[in-house]
Amino acid sequence: MRKLARTLLAALVLASAAPVLAQEDKRPEITERLEIGISTDEIAISSDFRGADLTIFGAIEGYDPNLLAQRKYDIVVALEGPKDDLTVRRKERVLGIWVNRRSMTFELAPESYSLSSTRNVDDIAPAAVLNSIGVGLQHIRLDPIGYIGDGSNISQFRDAFRRLKETGGFYQRDPGGVQFISASLFKATVRLPANVPNGTHVVRAHLFRDGVFISEKALPLRVVKTGLEQMISNAAYANPVSYGILAVVLAALTGWIASVVFRKD
Amino acid sequence: MTVYLPIAELSVNIFIILGMGAAVGFLSGMFGVGGGFLITPLLIFYNIPPIVAVATGANQVVASSISGAITHFRRGSLDMKLGTVLLVGGLLGATAGIWLFALLRRVGQLDLVISLLYVVLLGVVGVLMLFESVNALRRAAKNQPVNLRKPGHHNWVHGLPLKMRFKKSKIYLSVIPVVALGFAIGVLTSIMGVGGGFIMVPAMIYLLRIPTNVVVGTSLFQIIFVTAYTTVMQAATNNSVDIVLAFILMVAGVIGAQYGVRVGQRLRGEQLRALLALLVLAVGLRLAVDLVVTPEDFYSIVSAGTGR
Repeated sequence: MRKLARTLLAALVLASAAPVLAQEDKRPEITERLEIGISTDEIAISSDFRGADLTIFGAIEGYDPNLLAQRKYDIVVALEGPKDDLTVRRKERVLGIWVNRRSMTFELAPESYSLSSTRNVDDIAPAAVLNSIGVGLQHIRLDPIGYIGDGSNISQFRDAFRRLKETGGFYQRDPGGVQFISASLFKATVRLPANVPNGTHVVRAHLFRDGVFISEKALPLRVVKTGLEQMISNAAYANPVSYGILAVVLAALTGWIASVVFRKD
Repeated sequence: MTVYLPIAELSVNIFIILGMGAAVGFLSGMFGVGGGFLITPLLIFYNIPPIVAVATGANQVVASSISGAITHFRRGSLDMKLGTVLLVGGLLGATAGIWLFALLRRVGQLDLVISLLYVVLLGVVGVLMLFESVNALRRAAKNQPVNLRKPGHHNWVHGLPLKMRFKKSKIYLSVIPVVALGFAIGVLTSIMGVGGGFIMVPAMIYLLRIPTNVVVGTSLFQIIFVTAYTTVMQAATNNSVDIVLAFILMVAGVIGAQYGVRVGQRLRGEQLRALLALLVLAVGLRLAVDLVVTPEDFYSIVSAGTGR
C-alpha cells in the first residue's frame, strides 16, 4: 500500500517541448495539453485497507511561459469511482413512524469521487464552466431518471446525496492537493477511501487557463479487492446457488458435529 | 479483533458477534426455541443491514435446529407424514416470501416491513406468553391443578374437508390447516429469518390438537428444510447470506445452547416462560422505539446494482 503509485517519469521528458512563439494575439490559440501518469493501472487492496493516497504526476505541454509565471494555469485532478444508478430516499413521518416516502434516482453517478486541485475549484472557473464539464463536488452531473414530479425537490435530493457521500467519506476534496514541482510539472494527491468501491475508476485531469477550460486527460485505474473475504463475496455474486448450498452444508455440519460432541445419551 | 463481513460489507468486532451467538444459543437451549427471532433483531441493532441479518439468521437456524432434531429423530418423536405436509406448505410459503422480500426491497420498504413484523410478532407473542406464564405461576402458588384442555376435544379446524390419517400422531385431520400453517411459517422464515417454532409449536398443540410428544420433533423437521431452502433462495435472489457472520454465530450458538439446556433443566417452566416473555417484549419495544424516534438523517442512498 505504501507504494500505491510511483512516478511516471516519461512525461517529464516530453515536457521540454518548445514554448509557444506567437504572443501578439490577445486570445492565444490553445496549444496546451496535459500529460499525466500513474505507475499502475491496477491497485490490489486487502480487506484491512484503511485508505491510502494515490499520487499522480503530470506536466503541462505547450504552455505559455508568461502565463505560467503569472500562475494563470490551474489543474484539477479527480478520481471518479465506478458509476451506477444511485437512489436517494427520504423518510417522512406516517402515523407516527418513519417511512421512506420519496425517492430520486440519479443516472450513472460515481460511487466515489476524490478531488484534488491547485486551489478551490470554485475560484478556478465560473460555476457554468464547472457544471458543463462536471468538475467539482457541487458540479458533478446528477441527472434524475424516472418520475420526478414537478422537479421542485431535485436540489434537495442532490444536496442530500452530496452530503451523505461526503460524510460517508466517498466524496472528498483537497483544494491544495495539486502542487507544481517545477515550472510545468505537477503532483496531485487524491485519497482512496477505506471503503473504496471495487471496479474501474477513472483518473481525470483538467487544465484551466485563466478560468477557461483548456484540456482534459483521463486514465483508467482498476481497483481490485483481494483476500479471502473478497473471494467469498465474489462467489456469492458469481455462483449464488452453490454459495447458498455451501452455507446450508456448513450449517448442517456445525449442527451435526455439535450434537455428536455434546451427546449425552 | 475485527473481522470483515464480506456480504454485510462492514468490519465488526468478532467477540461481540461470538457473544451474541453464545447468548442467543444459551437462551435457545434454555427455552427450547431456535433463537432466530432474537438473533435477527440483535444483528439489526448492531448495524448489520436488515436484508443480511434476515438471510443470515435463516442460515443460523439451520445449524441450531439440526442438533435438536437429531435427538428427536433418534427417539422417533417425529411424525414424518405430518412433517412432510407441513413442509409442502412451508416451501410454498418461503417461495412467496422470497418474492415479496425482493419486491419490498425494490420499492425501499424492506427494512420498515421487517421491523414492523418483528414489533407486531414479538409484541403479541410476548404478551400472550407473559399472561399465560403469570397465570400458571398464580395457580402454582394456590396449589391449583393445571387446567389442560382435553386432547380429544374438537374445534372448527376439525370440520374442514380433505382429511388425512396421520398414524404416528394418531389423528385424522384435514390437510388444509396443516398446509396453511406451514405456508405462514414459510413466509415468516423468508421475511424475518426465523425458524418459527415459537408460533408453530403452540399452533400445533392448541389449534391442530396434535399430541405434544411429536410436536417438537415434527416442527424441527419442517424448520430445518424450510430454513435451508430459504438460505439457498436468499443467496440466489438477494445475494444476502453472509457465510462468515453465519458461521461465527452458529459455532457460538451451538456451544451456548448446551449450557442453556443444563440451566433450563434446573428452572421451573412457568418462570422460564415469564422470563422469555419479558425478553421478547424488550426486543420488540426496542425495535418499536427505533421506528418512532426521529432519525438522524431523513435521507439514505442505495445503489441500484447491489440494493445497498
